[in-house]
Amino acid sequence: MAKFLFFITFVSLLPLFGSSFSSENPTDRRILVLLDDFAIKSSHSIFFKTLQTRGFELDFKLADDPKLTLQRYGQYLYDGLIIFSPTIERFGGSLDLAAVLDFVDSGHDLIVAADASASDLIRDIATECGVEFDEDPTAVVIDHTSYAVSETEGDHTLIAGDDFIQSDVILGRKIIETPVLFQGVGHTLNPANNLVLKVLSASPSAYSANPKSKLSTPPSLTGSTISLVSVVQARNNARVLISGSLSLFSNRFLRSGVQKAGSSIKFEKSGNELFVTELSKWIFHERGHLKAVNVRHHKVGESDEPAIYRINDDLEYSVEVYEWSGSSWEPYTADDVQVQFYMMSPYVLKTLSTDGKGRYFTTFKVPDVYGVFQFKVEYQRLGYTSLSLSKQIPVRPFKHNEYERFITTAFPYYGASFSTMAGFFIFTMVYLYNK
Amino acid sequence: MEVSENGKGSSLRFAFGNVLSFFILLLIGVLAFSIRLFSVIKYESVIHEFDPYFNYRVTQFLTKKGIYEFWNWFDDRTWYPLGRVIGGTVYPGLTLTAGSIWWLLNSLNIPLTVETVCVFTAPIFSANAAWATYLLTKEVKGTGAGLAAAALLSMVPSYISRSVAGSYDNEAVAIFALIFTFYLYVKTLNTGSLFYATLNALSYFYMVCSWGGYTFIINLIPMHVLLCIVTGRYSARLYIAYAPLIVLGTLLASLVPVVGFNAVMTSEHFASFLVFIIIHVVAFVYYIKGLLSPKMFKVAVALVLSVGMVVCCAMVAVLVALVASSPTMGWSGRSLSLLDPTYASKYIPIIASVSEHQPPTWPSYFMDINVLAFLVPAGIIACFLPLSDASSFVVLYIVTSVYFSGVMVRLMLVLAPAACILSGIALSEAFDVLTRSVKFQLPGVSGNSQSGAGDTTSTIAVTQSEVVKTEKQPPTDKTEDTVKERTSRKNKKKEKEKEKEHVEKASLKSQMQKRLLVLPLEASIISILLLVLLGAFYVVHCVWAAAEAYSAPSIVLTSYSHDGLHVFDDFREAYAWLSHNTEVDDKVASWWDYGYQTTAMANRTVIVDNNTWNNTHIATVGTAMSSPEKAAWEIFNSLDVKYVLVVFGGLVGYPSDDINKFLWMVRIGGGVFPHIKEPDYLRDGQYRIDSQATSTMLNCLMYKLSYYRFVETDGKGFDKVRGTEIGKKYFKLNYFEEVFTTHHWMVRIYKLKPPKNRIKGKAKKSKSSSKGSMTTSLKRSARRKRNPWH
Repeated sequence: MAKFLFFITFVSLLPLFGSSFSSENPTDRRILVLLDDFAIKSSHSIFFKTLQTRGFELDFKLADDPKLTLQRYGQYLYDGLIIFSPTIERFGGSLDLAAVLDFVDSGHDLIVAADASASDLIRDIATECGVEFDEDPTAVVIDHTSYAVSETEGDHTLIAGDDFIQSDVILGRKIIETPVLFQGVGHTLNPANNLVLKVLSASPSAYSANPKSKLSTPPSLTGSTISLVSVVQARNNARVLISGSLSLFSNRFLRSGVQKAGSSIKFEKSGNELFVTELSKWIFHERGHLKAVNVRHHKVGESDEPAIYRINDDLEYSVEVYEWSGSSWEPYTADDVQVQFYMMSPYVLKTLSTDGKGRYFTTFKVPDVYGVFQFKVEYQRLGYTSLSLSKQIPVRPFKHNEYERFITTAFPYYGASFSTMAGFFIFTMVYLYNK
Repeated sequence: MEVSENGKGSSLRFAFGNVLSFFILLLIGVLAFSIRLFSVIKYESVIHEFDPYFNYRVTQFLTKKGIYEFWNWFDDRTWYPLGRVIGGTVYPGLTLTAGSIWWLLNSLNIPLTVETVCVFTAPIFSANAAWATYLLTKEVKGTGAGLAAAALLSMVPSYISRSVAGSYDNEAVAIFALIFTFYLYVKTLNTGSLFYATLNALSYFYMVCSWGGYTFIINLIPMHVLLCIVTGRYSARLYIAYAPLIVLGTLLASLVPVVGFNAVMTSEHFASFLVFIIIHVVAFVYYIKGLLSPKMFKVAVALVLSVGMVVCCAMVAVLVALVASSPTMGWSGRSLSLLDPTYASKYIPIIASVSEHQPPTWPSYFMDINVLAFLVPAGIIACFLPLSDASSFVVLYIVTSVYFSGVMVRLMLVLAPAACILSGIALSEAFDVLTRSVKFQLPGVSGNSQSGAGDTTSTIAVTQSEVVKTEKQPPTDKTEDTVKERTSRKNKKKEKEKEKEHVEKASLKSQMQKRLLVLPLEASIISILLLVLLGAFYVVHCVWAAAEAYSAPSIVLTSYSHDGLHVFDDFREAYAWLSHNTEVDDKVASWWDYGYQTTAMANRTVIVDNNTWNNTHIATVGTAMSSPEKAAWEIFNSLDVKYVLVVFGGLVGYPSDDINKFLWMVRIGGGVFPHIKEPDYLRDGQYRIDSQATSTMLNCLMYKLSYYRFVETDGKGFDKVRGTEIGKKYFKLNYFEEVFTTHHWMVRIYKLKPPKNRIKGKAKKSKSSSKGSMTTSLKRSARRKRNPWH
C-alpha cells in the first residue's frame, strides 16, 4: 500500500505557477494601459518608454473602450494592468471592479493612479486592496513645510516627499536622494493589514483637506499616517501599486527640478524618474521574486528520501532558493532562512546555512516524539515574495525489535529468572527421585 | 463425566445419546450461524457501524503487510497530527483470528476477500460460543442443561445484536473466549487436571488478546476462589484451577502490547494477586493442619495469626498508600465508571457521551434477554440444589454480570451467556421433573393414583419435590443424569420423547421410590406445554429481533412509508465523494463517531476517531464545532483541516445526527477549554434550535453547517428530528463553503475557504458607493440581500 506518500505543497507559489506567468519567467510581458484620454499617453511618455525599453508590450486603451476585456476564453490576455484613468466612473467592455480584482487574485499585477478627482470606481479598487483614500472627494494632501518650491507661491499641494520605505528590494539598491514630487490625494492604511506597505509617506506636517475652502473641521487625515504611494503584495504574490497622484508619473514631474521648502539645495531633476522606474521593476516582478525548489530530506548518510522517519533519526534537509533578476534565476543569498520541524508547534527550529549557490541545508535530530510532522519554511521578508513551503512526513516510534536487547540494569532480573528456573529444576529432581 | 458404566444396555443408550447430542450441537451451531445472516440477506454483505470499520481496516493491513508490520504499525492517517500506534493500542485477537481464517482459506485456494471473512467471523464465533456454553453448562449441571443453554445462547438477542454478520467487533470473538475460559476453569475445578489449567491460561490469553473485558474474568475467578475458600470449599483442585491461571495468565497477558505492564500495575488486576496470596496462605494452613495434631495446630494458628496480622496490615497499608497516591486510584476510567455508575457522568463526559455506556432501561432487558429474565431466578435456585463449586461459580457469574449490565447497557452482552446458562439449567430441571412425573404415571394407573394422592398441584409442591429430588439424586445413580439430558431437549424435538420413554422403562424400577415426589399428570403435561410455549415465544422473539431490530448495518438505513421502501445510503455516498474528489493527504474533520468510517471508507486522514484516547484532541474538535465560524476556521486551519463533515438528520428525520450529539461536543470541549460554557447553548436549561435558541447556539459552527441552505428545501426550515422550525434560516458562510451534500442531506461536507488573497480596507466603501455609483459589487450585495445563496 502506497500510504506513506507525501506531497509538496507550495502554498503560496501554486497560484503563480498555475496562472499568471510561468515559474521560469515571472516577469510580466504584456501590459494593458487604461487611459482617460490619449493625451496621457504623451504626457506620461517617459514612464511608458522606460517600460517599453525593458521589454514590456504596452497596449494603450481608453478606459471606456467598449471592447475592453482582460481575458478571452478563460485566458488572460495581459500580465499586468495600469490604470491611469482616475476619473473613470465605469469601465467599458467587460471590465469592471470584479474583473480587475479577479485579475489580481489570479496573480497579476496592477498599477492604479488616483488623483484629486478620483472616481468611486478607482477608490473601490483601492479599498478592495486595503488602501483607503480620503473620503472627501475634494481633499488633496497639503503640506506647508515640505512642499516643493515653485515659481508661483501656490497652495502647497505640490509636495516634495522624501520619506521612502527602507527597502532595497522595493526601491532598488541606489538610494533616491532627491525628493519626489507628488500632487494628489492621500490615503491611509489599516495598521493591522500586513500586506500593504507605505512606499512614500507624507511628512508629519501634512494633512488632507480641500485647499480651496477654509478648514472648518480638523482634517481627518494628518501627519505621517498619510501615505502618498503604497504597494500591496497579495497572498498570491500579485503586486499592486496605488498612488494618490497620477502626475507623479508624468513627464512634467519626471523632468522638473525640485527644491524642497526650507532647503537651500535645488536639485536639477526630481527623484520621480528613479522612483517610478525602480518601483515598476518591483511591481512587475523584476526584483524581489523568490522561488524555492528541490526540497530534499534524507537520513544522514543516505541519499534516498524515506517515507517515514523514526524518532531520534538524524536527518539532512535542503532546499534551493533563487531570485528572479528580470532575465534569469540567480541564487538567493541570505543568512536568515529557517526550517521548522513542525507538529502543531515547531519542535525543531534551525537556521539554514547556504553554500552561496542557492542551496540551503541543515542537519538535525528528529525529536523524541512521534506523529505527523512537517518541514516548514516560512520566509517572509520585506519586499520579497513570501515563501511558504511545507512537506509532510510522519515520524514513527521504535519498532519492537529496535530497542536494546540486553540492558545492564536488567541483569539482576535475568539472574533472578534463571536462578529460579534452575532452582525449580533441582527441586523437581529432588522431589521426584529422592524418596 | 457422567459416563460411568452402569452396566446393562445403558452403554448403548449413552452412545445413542452422545450421537444425538452431537447432532443437536451441530444444529445449534447451524442455527447460531444462520440466524445472524439476516443482515446479509436483508441488506448486503457489508461491515457494520463504526468500530468494525476500524477492525476491518486493521485486518486489511494485516493480510497485506504481515504480522510484524501490524505489530509495529504507526498509523499516520488518524489523530492527525499525533498519529496512533495501532499495534500497541489495539486488542489484536479479532484481527488475528480473521486474518488467520483468511490466510487458511487462501492457502486452501478458497479466494475469499478479507471483507467477506470479516463479515462472517462473528456468526462463526457465535456458533463456537454456543458450543462453549454447552461445555460450560454441562460441567455445571449435565448434558441436558448444556444443550438447553447452548440452544438459548445461539439465539439470545443481546448476543445477536453484537454478532450479526458484518458486526465485526471484538465482542464477536470475545464472548466465545469468555465462555470458553470459564468452561476450562470449571473443568479444571471439577477434574483438578493441570492440563486443563494450562489450557485455561491459554484461553485467558486469547481473551486478553480479544477484548478489554478480560478484566471481568480476572476479577470474577478470584472472587469465586475467595468464595470457595470462605465457604470452606478449599481443595487441591481449586488451587490447580487458580494458581497456574494467575501465573501463566499474567505472563501471557503482559505479552499483549496493549496490556503490557498493566497486567501487573493497574488496580483491575490487584484482586487476582491478593487472592493468589490468600490461596497460598490457605494451602499452607491446610498443609500444616495435616501435619500437626489439632492441639498443636491451634497453637500454631494463634502464633501465625498474630504475626500474620501485623504483616498483612503493613502490606495493606503500603498497598493502599500506593494506590491512593495516583489520582484515579490506579483504576482506569472505564473500570471506575463500572464501580461507581455516576463516575463517568461526573468526570468523563467522553465515556458518558456514548449511548452504549448509558444504564439500560427496563424494556431493554426484556428486549435483549426476553424470557430468560424470568427463568434466571429458577436457574439460580436449581444451582443451589446442590451447590457445587461449579454451580456456585455460575451463580457468582450471573450476580456480577447483572450488576454490570445495570451500569452499562453494553455489558448486557456479558449478562446474556450467564442468563442463558442459568435458564438452560432451569429449563432442563423443570423438564426433568415434569417428564419424570409423566413417565412414572403413564405406564400404570397404580402409580398415577399414588402420586395423585401424594400431592396436589401447587407450586410449593413443585419446588419441594424438586428439592427432595435433587437432594436424592447423587446417591441414586448416574442414569438419572442421562434421563435429564434427554428431557431437556424436548422444547426442540418432540419425537424424541417417545423414544426416551421406551428407553427409560429399563431404569424405571430403580426409581420406583421417586414416585412419591412426582407431580400430577395433568399438571405436568400442562406445564410441559406451557414451557414449550414459552420456548416458542422466545424463539419467535429472537428471530424477530435478529431480523428486524439488530440487523441494520447503520451505514445503510431503510424506512418504510406509504409509498414503499426507502433506502438511505448517504454515508457511503459521502465517503465515496471524499475518496474521489479530495487529495490523498487532505484532512477531514468530523465528530469522532465518523472517524473510523472516514479512514476506512474514504481513506482520508481524520483528526479524531472512535478510539477516544486523547481527550484534548477531541475537545479541540468539540470546541471548533461549538465556536463561531471564524474561531472554528482558525482551529481547523491550525490542524491543517481541509474538509469538515457533519451529519444532519433534520431533512429525513434521522435522529442520531450531530445536532443531537452537539451538547456532548460542548461538554467535552468545555471540559478542556473553559470558554465554551454549556449554559450559553441552552435557553432556560432547554436545548433548542428554534427561534428561542440562544445566539451562541445559532451562531456556532455546528448549527451553521447543519442548517446552511436548509430553508431552501421546504421554504420553512422545518427540522423533522427536533420537530420545529429552525431559529436562523438565512445566513451565509464566510469561512466555509459547501462542497457536497448527499441525496438526503444526511452528510454535508464543507471545505475551509483559503485565507483572503487581499485584505480589504475598512468598509468606507458602502458610504462612497451609496452615493449612487453603479459598481458591480454594490449590485452583487444588493442581489445577496434578496437571495442569500447565489
